[in-house]
Amino acid sequence: MNTTTDNSGDVRLTQIGKRYGAFTAVHPLDLTVPQGSFFALLGASGCGKTTTLRMIAGLEEPSQGTVHLGDQDVTHLPPYKRPVNTVFQSYALFPHLDIFENVAFGLRRRGIKSVKKQVEEMLDLVQLGEQARKKPHQLSGGQQQRVAVARALINHPKVLLLDEPLGALDLKLRRQMQLELKRIQTEVGITFVHVTHDQEEAMTMADTVAVMNAGRVEQLGSPADLYENPRTTFVANFLGTSNFIEADVDFKSGDEIVLNAGGGKLFLPTARCSAQAAAGGKVLVGVRPEKIALAHADDAGEIPEGRNRITGRIADSSFIGVSTQYVIDSPVCSGFEVYAQNVDRDPRLTPGAEVVLHWNPAHTFGLDATQAIDAGVESVEEDAA
Amino acid sequence: MSAATEAPPPLAPTAPETRPPRKRGRLTPYWLLLPGILWLVVFFALPLVYQASTSVQTGSLEQGYKVTWHFATYWDALSEYWPQFVRSVLYAASATILCLLLGYPLAYLIAFRAGRWRNLIMILVIAPFFTSFLIRTLAWKTILADGGPVVGALNTLHVLDVTNWLGWTAGDRVLATPLAVVCGLTYNFLPFMILPLYTSLERIDGRLHEAAGDLYARPWTTFRKVTFPLSMPGVVSGTLLTFIPAAGDYVNADLLGSTDTRMVGNVIQSQFLRILDYPTAAALSFILMAAILAMVTVYIRRSGTEDLV
Repeated sequence: MNTTTDNSGDVRLTQIGKRYGAFTAVHPLDLTVPQGSFFALLGASGCGKTTTLRMIAGLEEPSQGTVHLGDQDVTHLPPYKRPVNTVFQSYALFPHLDIFENVAFGLRRRGIKSVKKQVEEMLDLVQLGEQARKKPHQLSGGQQQRVAVARALINHPKVLLLDEPLGALDLKLRRQMQLELKRIQTEVGITFVHVTHDQEEAMTMADTVAVMNAGRVEQLGSPADLYENPRTTFVANFLGTSNFIEADVDFKSGDEIVLNAGGGKLFLPTARCSAQAAAGGKVLVGVRPEKIALAHADDAGEIPEGRNRITGRIADSSFIGVSTQYVIDSPVCSGFEVYAQNVDRDPRLTPGAEVVLHWNPAHTFGLDATQAIDAGVESVEEDAA
Repeated sequence: MSAATEAPPPLAPTAPETRPPRKRGRLTPYWLLLPGILWLVVFFALPLVYQASTSVQTGSLEQGYKVTWHFATYWDALSEYWPQFVRSVLYAASATILCLLLGYPLAYLIAFRAGRWRNLIMILVIAPFFTSFLIRTLAWKTILADGGPVVGALNTLHVLDVTNWLGWTAGDRVLATPLAVVCGLTYNFLPFMILPLYTSLERIDGRLHEAAGDLYARPWTTFRKVTFPLSMPGVVSGTLLTFIPAAGDYVNADLLGSTDTRMVGNVIQSQFLRILDYPTAAALSFILMAAILAMVTVYIRRSGTEDLV
């Protein structure tokens, strides 16, 4: 059923939006999820990701715009007429039915009489064959979650919608279920639309991630693309950690922009600058902490030419086994974060030491300087807590 | 807080002293139970035993009654008053079914659709309790009065033709017919149906409705397969709270009925208060109690609510 010409599993949202009175939950957005892909809607709570998912499911009526599944306009179809199924956040298993009947529910509603074989196969797929006659409350959280997946998948929906399906599980189980869901998706080839606030979860599982913020899609792309080329500070901070330097544009030379920051020069590939960089203007220069190398000030001469460099002093360092995380105060930016692999540790790199930070200009990205530098930071800390 | 600054008392001597309070603590639940148990013994168990002994007494009012283990009273009472028993069960069952049919949609509305009106509707459901049971039942006498607007309307709509044919009413009257008694019972016990129904409906997670819809269940199927089964505890307790008191009721039959609509409650009342045949009255009470217990047991077994956790 996963042929390349079949586009019946495409989800196409056109100018879809949702308002509750004066509050706009989802600003009009266009989104296309291709057949067979694993798509993640990522964002902090209240960003409109669940509302978007519910509009695809038909559980929420959009205030404007249309929802297409393949070529079929389903905007005004009630949920029970849509070829999509949902795995709910708290699973919403029917407490009065046993596991077998929970999984058989969708088949029975469509008038299928001999459900036994299908249900048993599906329960085997999620490794719950033994539990068929138990009630939902007799199962653990992870088992309930798998029942919820089985109950949706058995209907062979065109699209499977997952609303924070792993939110209630502990970390270890969550990792395990991420791989499990990814395996199932590859096996059945159904389009998955996954809503999550966990950036790591979105990046591990999805082919394409849409980062949402305040009812808008901030950026859409593959996990690596989003991570390496964030176009807003929100995306840069929400996915991983970023360091930002406010720099003045000196001049453009070919495919490079030369910037001034605290008296030093920084180079930024034009292709990696999403802002309008006119000479005399300002740009936010971003670089990921693991891209930066650290040299003691005494060794500054050994740094190869052509690398971006700034000076600073180590404010704090924490050893976490694989790497050491440094916080560096620099004239151009306080609280610069650097993650250094623990390959050859320099014993002089202790708090108080004068250092030079240097990195390949190709790892630099440029953003519009008018936005808040710390957008999206708080939500990351919330998740970590 | 001054204790914090004092030197801590030596531990060893105080250790044995902490034991007796703990023992007393273990008895606390039983002390708390005592008032309730006393109440039940004095006002429930003792009268029950007294009634049981009365039911097997013989004698007369003038010479006094004596316990003679005369179990024949039971048989005599049953053979003489079985029509009233049957009528009680029929009326109570009809009223219970009517209560369920009227109460379920209302409870559903309050639980899922009322929004900010929820509290107001709940108050309106309970509001009749602020007036006396008797006054409310007497009011139905006026409502259903001969030649009144209700009877007139039912006549014009030819509803009375149907109910006459069914034997629920007679001629142009509603008052003093089975219909009037069942109406009174339904009205008086409706809140006892609505409240438990509401409680169990309100507990149902709204996401289950969404999940059912997502799994191809139309709204009516969702109701049949999800909402109604999950509300069974409310249905069972609501029907019990309606049926049990309605089966023993005599006020509605007394005020709204006639001699042809006498229920077993009316018989017990007259045996006790007018004829003063205490053994028969007590025996009737026990038969009614046993009958209700038996019916309720079968009903609960059948509905299988112990499965609904």
